[in-house]
Amino acid sequence: MPVKIPMEKWAGSVRTVTLGATAADGGTRQHTVTVGGETTLPFLHFEGEIPNRPVVATEIQDRRPDGWSELLMEAWGDRMNDPGDWAKAAEEAGADLIALTFGLTGLDGQPTSAESARLAVRKVLDATGLPVMVSGPGQAEVDNELLVAVAEEGAGERLVLGYCEDRNYRTIVAAALGHGHLVHARTAMDVNLAKQLNILINDMQLPLDRIIMDPTTGALGYGIEYGYSVMERLRLAALQGDSMTQLPMLVTVGEETWKAKESKVGQGVPETWGVWEERAINWEAVTASSLIQSGADIVVVRHPESVKRVHAVIDSMMTANDRGGS
Amino acid sequence: MALSGIQIYKLLPGGQRPPHPKANCKECGFPTCLAFAMKLAAKQAELSVCGYVSDESKDKLSAAAAPPIRLAKVSSNGHEVAAGNETVMFRHEKTFFHRPGLFLRVKDTDGVEAIKAAVSSADAYLVDYVGMELTLDGFAVEAASGDATAFGAAIGAVRGASDRPLVLMSADAALMEAGLEAAEGMTPLVHSANADNWEAMAQLAKKHQAPLAVCADSLDGLADLTQKIKAAGVEDMVLDPCVGTMAGALSSLTQLRRLALKENFRPLGYPIIAFPGEWCEDTEAAAVLAIAKYAGFVVLDEFSPASIYPLLVFRQNIYTNPQEPIQVTPGLYEINKPGPSDPVMVTTNFSITYFSVSNEIEGSGNKGWLLVADAEGMSVLTAWAAGKFDAERIAKTVKVTGIEDKISHRSIILPGHVAVLSGELEEELPGWEIKVGPREAVNLPQYLKMAI
Ligand code: SF4
Repeated sequence: MPVKIPMEKWAGSVRTVTLGATAADGGTRQHTVTVGGETTLPFLHFEGEIPNRPVVATEIQDRRPDGWSELLMEAWGDRMNDPGDWAKAAEEAGADLIALTFGLTGLDGQPTSAESARLAVRKVLDATGLPVMVSGPGQAEVDNELLVAVAEEGAGERLVLGYCEDRNYRTIVAAALGHGHLVHARTAMDVNLAKQLNILINDMQLPLDRIIMDPTTGALGYGIEYGYSVMERLRLAALQGDSMTQLPMLVTVGEETWKAKESKVGQGVPETWGVWEERAINWEAVTASSLIQSGADIVVVRHPESVKRVHAVIDSMMTANDRGGS
Repeated sequence: MALSGIQIYKLLPGGQRPPHPKANCKECGFPTCLAFAMKLAAKQAELSVCGYVSDESKDKLSAAAAPPIRLAKVSSNGHEVAAGNETVMFRHEKTFFHRPGLFLRVKDTDGVEAIKAAVSSADAYLVDYVGMELTLDGFAVEAASGDATAFGAAIGAVRGASDRPLVLMSADAALMEAGLEAAEGMTPLVHSANADNWEAMAQLAKKHQAPLAVCADSLDGLADLTQKIKAAGVEDMVLDPCVGTMAGALSSLTQLRRLALKENFRPLGYPIIAFPGEWCEDTEAAAVLAIAKYAGFVVLDEFSPASIYPLLVFRQNIYTNPQEPIQVTPGLYEINKPGPSDPVMVTTNFSITYFSVSNEIEGSGNKGWLLVADAEGMSVLTAWAAGKFDAERIAKTVKVTGIEDKISHRSIILPGHVAVLSGELEEELPGWEIKVGPREAVNLPQYLKMAI
């Protein structure tokens, strides 16, 4: 008997956002990355369009980080000593985007200065042709100081500047407006907070197609279900026509999962957790691939192996259905 | 799908055309059949109270009351795995109910000794996740050899090494019969019936009262088969949409769930079995998709602790009821074996808050005493706003946990979000020094490093 497939008639779609600018558009990127544009839920090819693949960003820092898992230190090795070199290594490892984050202090223990932030961004832009996202250490005054300098240094590159948070977004949005950049809008696992922040940013005249929203998530085992469901709800709202939720979504999976003990620690843990490296990469890859199913357009990861794993999953999800949708 | 009061009324004596002689007789205790129908729709009355409902109406009413996805169970020696009875497409709409069973596949060509070894170690696997003990649910045994004796021996080997339920896999009815005999005494899942073998498979499933998995590579084909098999007298079925990619699996499984829930389409209102190992090289990612997107039974091809642990945790997370925030027990938690001079910190009993804080302290190698106040399962800011995390509650936590006897100092670190409580807490805890820590757990290690 012929079965009629129930289709949803979605009223809305996700906005298309382009990261990075090539010489033709006033930047120096070799190519740009476009995300968003979905007219249905993640990967339901039988129902709507998924015009752009989700992408994988690799997180690098402005200097050799403190407190990162040994596994990550081994994976990137000496290339972590210089942000340009690290960015290049990330590009070689298959990243679609570079996500540069600043620590609060430099290796010398002194607070990170605007000047050193500028220098780090310059190195990254010179070393790679990929679009770049840049975010501060997450403390309002420091973020503002560093990001204003970064915005000037990278003028015209369509960088993604972060983090805009409800308590601190004005300076960063102004910097993005002034120098042709995008912003990374971060809220704490709540649909209404995410919407509210988009409205505030948009009220400052930054067009919606220059905002990437980060609803944040917990790692696998540490609240992933909250992030997962908030993303599903945001995407449903977008498809139902709520314009302030129609933005591509980003999640910083690496930052969350590598805090988890399962990833960070190799010794003194239960044997049932399995081989450390395998487990740690699974932790990051499983968190990332499940959040892609709930609507993430950009996942930021830390381990080079995760980049490969998540790309393979995206390939598999973007392969046209083996069965034409019946 | 639940019927409305009017739909029910049309099936009662008063709603039939022509009306039944007893229409509106009030024997049910309601003034009219319509009033009774409204109570039935609201589940405030029992149909049996009316003695005049036709058999035909009774059938229709009970069919409508059946869940849109029929429950299927496999069991053995007190272990049971049930799938079905789900009611929503997205977990935030209500919750997902039956955690999908995770089964490890072995083949009868692996050899009896290898099977025993693989099954015993997988069977013994048990991992503690926030106080819950997580395990695999069972095994799938595949008749890859084509030999009835080998299949029977393999099943015997699995049973010798594990008490858990089984999925028996063969498309050959004669082999399946041998398998079912070897599985005597348990209720395995029979996998699978297809367009060619369904009559014989249906007979076997009926004879052994086992649920039957039905395999077809189109939804049309699946619906055809389930109807024929149902007509042959088998009620308990499981669907195998035979997909080969992750995108194909997501499409098929979403369509099946929608047909069952939104259309109440009975021929496809059964739980689903998935073989994620056949979708993508990244078997963890494929299994994650199966768990999140609607499989009821998941058959894995590989077993290693580093790979099963994340899957078990993911399943636990996705099947958590979003209406009931998971809480940890309030009290004193010791992190990294603290001593009398180590710092005392306080947070709430919202599980995510607790795990973020304890994870930061533990992961950074700091020692500390973590006081978890009873904030009714809310995060720091929410609980504070709701008056569930105030100076009084914090002071009470300090007193009841007996922390004062374990430490040589009198200093407590508050979450930065509730710095405003410092003054009141000083009054509640005379002699204590109140310090304000960072707002976010992630900054705790740095704070502790500088503070010590
Ligand atoms: S018992 Fe109630 S429902 Fe049944 S016929 Fe009489 S009035 Fe109608």
